[in-house]
Amino acid sequence: MSTKKLYNLLAILMVTALAISACGSAATEAPAATEAPAATEAPAATEAAPTEAMEPVTITYFIDDNPTNVASAENQIAAFEAANPGIKVELETHPGGGEGDNLVKTRLSTGEMADVFRYNSGAKFQELNPEQNLLDLTDEAFQANVIDSFKPVVTANGRIYGAPEEAAMGGGVLYNKKIYAELGLSVPKSWAEFMANNEAIKAAGKVAVIQTFGDTWTSQLFVLADYYNVQVAVPDFAEKYTANQAKYATTPAALKSFERQEEIFKGGYLNPDFGAAKFDDGIRMVALGEGAHYPMLTFAIGAIAQNYPDNLADVGFFAMPGDDASKNGLTVWMPAAIYISKNTSHPEEAKKFLAFVASTDGCDARSGANGATGPYLIKGCELPADVPPAVADLLPYFQIDGGTAPALEFLSPIKGPSLEQITVEVGSGIRSATDAAALYDIDVEKQAQQLGLPGW
Amino acid sequence: MRNSQTLAFFMPGSGCKGRAKLTAATKLMSKSSAKHRMATVYPSWFYVPAGIVFAALFLVPTVASLFFSLTRWTLFDATFIGLDNYAQFFREPFLIQGLVNTLIYGVATSGMKVVIGMLLGVLLTSQIFARDYLRSVIFFPVLVSTVGVGITFTALMHPTQGAINETLGFFGIHGPGWLTDPRYALLSVALVDVWKGVGLATVIYIAGIVSIPQEYYEASEIDGANPFQKFWNITLPLARPATVTVIILSLIGGLRSFDLIWSMTRGGPGFTSDVVASVIYKQYQAGFYGLSTAGNVVLILLVAIIIIPLSAFLNKREVNL
Repeated sequence: MSTKKLYNLLAILMVTALAISACGSAATEAPAATEAPAATEAPAATEAAPTEAMEPVTITYFIDDNPTNVASAENQIAAFEAANPGIKVELETHPGGGEGDNLVKTRLSTGEMADVFRYNSGAKFQELNPEQNLLDLTDEAFQANVIDSFKPVVTANGRIYGAPEEAAMGGGVLYNKKIYAELGLSVPKSWAEFMANNEAIKAAGKVAVIQTFGDTWTSQLFVLADYYNVQVAVPDFAEKYTANQAKYATTPAALKSFERQEEIFKGGYLNPDFGAAKFDDGIRMVALGEGAHYPMLTFAIGAIAQNYPDNLADVGFFAMPGDDASKNGLTVWMPAAIYISKNTSHPEEAKKFLAFVASTDGCDARSGANGATGPYLIKGCELPADVPPAVADLLPYFQIDGGTAPALEFLSPIKGPSLEQITVEVGSGIRSATDAAALYDIDVEKQAQQLGLPGW
Repeated sequence: MRNSQTLAFFMPGSGCKGRAKLTAATKLMSKSSAKHRMATVYPSWFYVPAGIVFAALFLVPTVASLFFSLTRWTLFDATFIGLDNYAQFFREPFLIQGLVNTLIYGVATSGMKVVIGMLLGVLLTSQIFARDYLRSVIFFPVLVSTVGVGITFTALMHPTQGAINETLGFFGIHGPGWLTDPRYALLSVALVDVWKGVGLATVIYIAGIVSIPQEYYEASEIDGANPFQKFWNITLPLARPATVTVIILSLIGGLRSFDLIWSMTRGGPGFTSDVVASVIYKQYQAGFYGLSTAGNVVLILLVAIIIIPLSAFLNKREVNL
């Protein structure tokens, strides 16, 4: 009898064990998916050594699957391979957003990262544990081509690990110039003017503000792109926020970012399908005039150039307006960078590729694929004279002293992971702005603890 | 013996990829406990290969996950922080809502599957036209990939361009934002879950109903029972084993469901359709690996706490019948 009991107990234990490991299967899926590309790396490695002169060396390049970035990478690879006949670059892609972040981290931690990969700079770069996983590029000759203001966002402990891959971006509002001309509106410099424009557009029976919560990341712009205005009011916010001394919920200027998003929802300015529409719908609506304002990063200009080239001239851009029209300025996103994995078996070839991307030929190849989307952070990269209007609207902010401020994620290592869900709730009227700001503070705390920052 | 039967019910519904292995494992266990009484058949080395597989693929990860649930883990290094992850997980602002949503989802899908599955089971055991064809039609959605179903229904339920609201609009009804209105999002997903899973419930009911001896119906006819009485007093009580199976299977499936919810709403809009599993997955996505591991341990305990007593209760009643 007791043996039977023992077996039953064993059975229960087994089931529990199995169920736990089975439920972990969602988590282990990501690394499994990366096995295939790793396998393709192997033959490349064997090819390399013996017949170096004749056989081309293949390096792998891992980027997100955003069509704009893929087009740019393909152009850069073609130009690079033409200039370096001995090296072939193989492109691998991963999904964007949190899923992609995971994939990158998993491949880095399992030592299966591609030779070269593209990833955010700033706070998200710090999460990669650069000293352990990335190749130190501080002393490479091509760093002389990189504009100094970029270097801090790919620096850890005084060493530089990356090179900029794209143009700097502004966060603000893309607007449809045809609607503005039709209704006789002018570009708003303050929040009050912006709301007045929204009212006029709504009164004309059009969609004033486009939101696309089907891609949740697009919901964050009212908060993130408002950082210039936060900094105008509280110049040391980033510092205090990193040190756990300033909170969104208790800093009126920061709380205002959430309140404004709430105001937009309450005004009834949104497109009817705001909850389900995606980024692609958003750029279509603003390009074709189905809506007037689309809060977005300016990299979207590249997507408009690709998908709606005939309407590119109809789209303009302005920075997220703040309280005071005289203190109007732009929140800037540093470009994503490309990095070399520490485990690469072809460091020299990989460095050559980075040097190419961080050269004028590299930015020409990017502009060739997507047109110009903003100022490059590589010396000598001039923008063509005939940039699209939205880019022309963007450039003046960079030319005024104090006309720009970096987004918070480039000033502080902490960005709460749930911000996009929180801003979806505020933007859909599910949660109040005050509640949302307090909730985001909790989210930020969790992230700071995970990073092991002092003072949390 | 009843114990192993309980476990057999416990298993198949647990729904993850380990499902097949789970069932196989218990069957093995119950067989081996039966064999044990007859004396051991195999020498010990015979068990080594299976033992290695079991240890490498199940035992080690389980122990490792218990360890990592006690650490702050970045994948690159782990710092031991005791039970902080569990404390943090229970402080998670959406955990309570996730728990409530999980229960709503589990009970709603389970309930609907029982009722609809029963009715369809009765229909499909009757002498209707093209019965076998209809049986396979109702079972078909079970065979389709869950994520595929999720993506398809996301398109169908689009608030302005989806086929459902366009059809409703044709009749002059203004359809809601099925997946974008926080009031309906979770229930919309539950409806799709029922559509996808009711075939299995129906098949179980068909088996249950077919096994009811015809004599009961003949006897009740002599007594002058009407169709409703026949259903209520014969079919329903005698199909009880089927009902128990359907409840347990669909409740476990519902409690730990993730794939359909994730592919349709990602817990959204905002956090309104988050269930425990999606809260855990988001922690993992955000890079809180230790925290999400702790969440998984909590989830398995939660499912066990609900299902083991329920299963024991339902099976006890069955024996008394």
